[in-house]
Amino acid sequence: MGEAAHRYEETLPLEYRTQESRLNILGFWIFLGAEVALFATLFATYLVLFQRTGSGPTAGELFEVKDVLIETLLLLTSSFTCGLAIFEMRRGRMSGLIAWLLVTLLLGAGFITFEIREFIHYVHEGATMQTSAFLSSFFVLVGTHGAHVSVGIGWMILIIIQLLQRGLTAKTARKVFIVSLYWHFLDVVWIFIFTLVYLLGMVI
Amino acid sequence: MKWSEFFVTGEPLIYAADVAIVLTMVGIVFVLTYFKKWKWLWNEWLTTVDHKKIGVMYIICAVLMLFRGGVDALLMRAQLTAPNMKFLDAQHYNEIFTTHGTIMILFMAMPFIIGLMNIVVPLQIGARDVAFPYLNALSFWLFFFGALLFNISFVIGGSPDAGWTAYFPLAGNEFSHGVGNNYYAVALQISGIGTLMTGINFLVTILKMRAPGMTLMRMPMFTWTILITCVLIIFAFPVLTVALALMTFDRLFDTQFFTMANGGMSMLWANLFWIWGHPEVYIVILPAFGIFSEVVSTFAGKRLFGYKAMVGSIVGIAFLSFIVWVHHFFTMGAGPAVNSAFSITTMAIAIPTGVKIFNWLFTLRKGKIRFTTAMLWSLAFIPNFVIGGVTGVMLAMAAADYQYHNSYFLIAHFHYVLIAGTVFACFAGLHYWYPKMFGHILNERLGKWTFWLFMIGFNICFFPMYFLGLMGMTRRMYTYSDGLGWTPLNVVATVGAVLMGIGFIVLCYNIYYSARYGERDMTGDPWNGRTLEWATASPPVHYNFPVTPVVEDLDAYWVMKKKYGGFHVKEEDLKPIHMPSNSGRPFWMSVAFFVAGFGLVFKWFALAIVGALFIVLGLILRSFEDDDGYYIPVDEIKRMERAARKGA
Ligand code: HEM
Ligand SMILES: [Cu+2]
Repeated sequence: MGEAAHRYEETLPLEYRTQESRLNILGFWIFLGAEVALFATLFATYLVLFQRTGSGPTAGELFEVKDVLIETLLLLTSSFTCGLAIFEMRRGRMSGLIAWLLVTLLLGAGFITFEIREFIHYVHEGATMQTSAFLSSFFVLVGTHGAHVSVGIGWMILIIIQLLQRGLTAKTARKVFIVSLYWHFLDVVWIFIFTLVYLLGMVI
Repeated sequence: MKWSEFFVTGEPLIYAADVAIVLTMVGIVFVLTYFKKWKWLWNEWLTTVDHKKIGVMYIICAVLMLFRGGVDALLMRAQLTAPNMKFLDAQHYNEIFTTHGTIMILFMAMPFIIGLMNIVVPLQIGARDVAFPYLNALSFWLFFFGALLFNISFVIGGSPDAGWTAYFPLAGNEFSHGVGNNYYAVALQISGIGTLMTGINFLVTILKMRAPGMTLMRMPMFTWTILITCVLIIFAFPVLTVALALMTFDRLFDTQFFTMANGGMSMLWANLFWIWGHPEVYIVILPAFGIFSEVVSTFAGKRLFGYKAMVGSIVGIAFLSFIVWVHHFFTMGAGPAVNSAFSITTMAIAIPTGVKIFNWLFTLRKGKIRFTTAMLWSLAFIPNFVIGGVTGVMLAMAAADYQYHNSYFLIAHFHYVLIAGTVFACFAGLHYWYPKMFGHILNERLGKWTFWLFMIGFNICFFPMYFLGLMGMTRRMYTYSDGLGWTPLNVVATVGAVLMGIGFIVLCYNIYYSARYGERDMTGDPWNGRTLEWATASPPVHYNFPVTPVVEDLDAYWVMKKKYGGFHVKEEDLKPIHMPSNSGRPFWMSVAFFVAGFGLVFKWFALAIVGALFIVLGLILRSFEDDDGYYIPVDEIKRMERAARKGA
C-alpha cells in the first residue's frame, strides 16, 4: 500500500482501518437492508392478519400495557448504553467499553425476561400461536424480534470474551462496532413493533 | 412413522431409482478409494474458498439438476403423449411437475447463473477473490445440502405435490398429509439462506473491489447485471425466507397463517410467494442478458451498442419487477382497479426489454460476426425470447388472461422465456467461459450439434403448447380424454422434448470428449475477448492477477491489447499476495443444516436440535478464529506465472 493511503488510514476510527474491516462493515449494512425486508414482510403479514381473530381474543382484549412499557424502557435504554460503549471505544478506554457492553447485555436480558413473561401470560389466558391468524402473526413477528435480541446477547458475550483475551485491536473494534449496529437496528424494529402492534392494537 | 412410510415404495420407477442411487454411491466411494482421491477431494474442493472452484462446483451441480429436472420433464411428456395413458398416476404426476418446476428454477437455473458469476465477476473486475471468500463457500454448501435434501424426497418420505408455487390450502395440513411439502419448506429455506449471502457478498465485491480506473460506467455488462441481480436478491429473498418460515409453522406447529379456519388467509401465501417469485424470474434473466451482451459484443467484434441505455434498462426492469406480482393471479378476484394497475406495470416491462433487444441488434449491425457455438445460442435467443415476451404481454392483459390463465399457453410462455432466455444463456456462457474454467475449449462441432438439436427440439416441443392452451388444455392435468383433438399436438411436443434430451446427451459427451481431445487454450484469450477475464491464464492461477490491472476505459482488455499489445506484468512490480485460507467449516456446518432440516421434515425435533447445536458451534468457532490468511512470496508468484504462461 502507498504511503499516502497508509497515512490516511491512520486518521480513520480504529474499526475502519483495515480493508477487511471496511468490507465487513459495508457487508453488514447491506445485511441489515435484507433484515429490513424481512421485518417489513413480517409487519405486512401482521397488518393483514391482525383483525382476523377467529374465535380468539382481539388485540385490545389481550395486550398487557405494563409489561410492554417496561420492555420498551429496557430496550431503548440498552440502545443508549450501547452507544456509550462505542463512545468509550473511540476514546480507547477498554474498561468503559466493557462496562457499558455489560450493562447493555443485562438490559437486553431484562427485556427478554419480560417478553417471555408476557408470552407465558398470554398462553395462560388461552391465547396461543394456534388460536387465530392474529395470534400466529403476533407471536411470530414479536418472537422473531426476541430471537434476534437473544442472538445479539450471545454474540455480545463472545465479543466481550475476545476483548478480554485480545484487547482493543482493529479487529475486535470492528466486531464491537458491527454488533452495535445490529443492536441499534433491533431497537428501531422494536419502535415499529411498539407502534404498529401494541399502540395500534390497544386503539383499534 | 413406520419404516414402510419412510421409504417410498410400490413404484417400479422408484425401485429402479433406489438401485441407481445405491450403485452410484458405491461407485463414487470405490473410485475415490481406489485412486486414493479422498484427500485431494477434501483439500482441493470441499474446503476451498477459491471463487473459481466454487463456481465450477455450482455448475456441476446445475448440470446434474438439469438432468434430474429433464428426466422429470420427459416423464411428464411421456405421460401426456397420448390420451388416457396409464404411465403415471395422478399423485405421481403431481409430484413430478412440482419437483420439475422447483428444481429447474431453484436448483438448476439459479446455481448455473451463480456458478458463472462466481467464476467470471472477480476476474472481470480485476479482483483476486470475492469480498468474503469463507462466506462464499458457506453459500455454496448451503445450496448444495438444500438441493440434496430436496432431491432425496422422492425416495425417502415422498415428494412435495402442490406445485412449485405450493399454493395454500393445497400445501397445508388440511390437504397435504405426508412430509412432501415439509421438504419444500425446509430445503428451499436452507438453500435460500445461501443465496441471500451470495447476494450480499457479490454486491460488496462489485462495489468495493474493482480494479483502479474501473468506474461503475466502465464495468462489463455482465458485472452490471450481476450488481443489479444482487440488489434483487437482497430485497426479494427475505420475503421468501418469511413465507417459507410461516409455511413451516403452519405445517409443523399448526399455526393459522394460511389455513381456512380461525382467520387464516390462503391468498396471503400467493401474494408473498409472488412478491419474491416475480423478482426471482428476473434474478435468473438479468444475468442471462449480461451473458448475451458479452458474447454478442465479443463475436461481433464491436463495443456494445447503447451501453448507458442498457444499464438504464436493467435498473428499470429491476425496479418494475417488484410491482407486477399480481399478474400471477388476475383471476383470483382482486377486482378491476387492482388488476388494471398491475396489468399496466407488467406491460411497462416490455419497454426496457425492447430497448435491450434493439441494442443487441445494433451491436450486431455491420459487425464481423463469428458464428461460434456461444454466438449461435445468443443469436437464437433474440427471436425465441421475443416470442416469449410477446405472449407475455398477451398474458398481461388482465381481461384476456381469464382465457389463458393456467393453460398450456402459459406453460409455453414461461418456457419460452426461461429456456430461450436463461437456459440458452447458461449454454452460451458455458461454451464462452469454458476455456477460462478448464483450460480447453469445448468442441465446436459437437457444440453446434447440441445447439441445433436443442433449439429445434425446443421449438417443436413448446410452440404447439400455445395452441394446446388456446384449445383448452390446462396445466397440471395428468391425462386427458380422446376426442378433444389434443393428441396430434401432444405427440409433436413429446418429439421435441426427446430432441432436447438428445441435445443434452451430446453436450455431456462433448464435455467428456473435449476433456480428452479438446484444443488446449494456451493464450488465455481464445476468442479475442474484450474484458479482463481474458487477461488471465486459462485456467487462471488461484490469485487471478499477479499485479492488479489498471483500467482505462470500457472493454478494458481490448484497450490494453490495442494500446500496449496485451496485459504485461513486469517481474519487479510483483509484491507478495494475500490470500484467504481454506476451511472445512462451511462444509460441516452445512451438513449440520442438512441434519437439522431432515429432523424438521420428519418432526424429529431431537435430531433438529442436535443439528442446530452444531450450527451454533460452527458460528462460535468462526467468531474465535484468528486466521488472517497467508501471503504468497514473490518467488513463488514468479514460478507460478512462468508455469501458467509457458505456452504463450
Ligand atoms: C428441458 C425441457 C423441458 C421440458 C420438456 C419441460 C416440460 C414441462 C412440462 C411438461 C411441465 C408441466 C406442465 C403441466 O402439467 O402443468 C412443465 C412445468 C414447468 N416447467 Fe418445464 N420443461 C422443461 C424445462 C424447464 C426449465 C429449463 C425450467 C426453468 C428454468 C422449467 C420450469 C418449469 C416450471 C416452473 C413448471 C411449472 C411447474 C408447476 O406447475 O408447478 N422447465 N415443464
Ligand atoms: Cu411475474
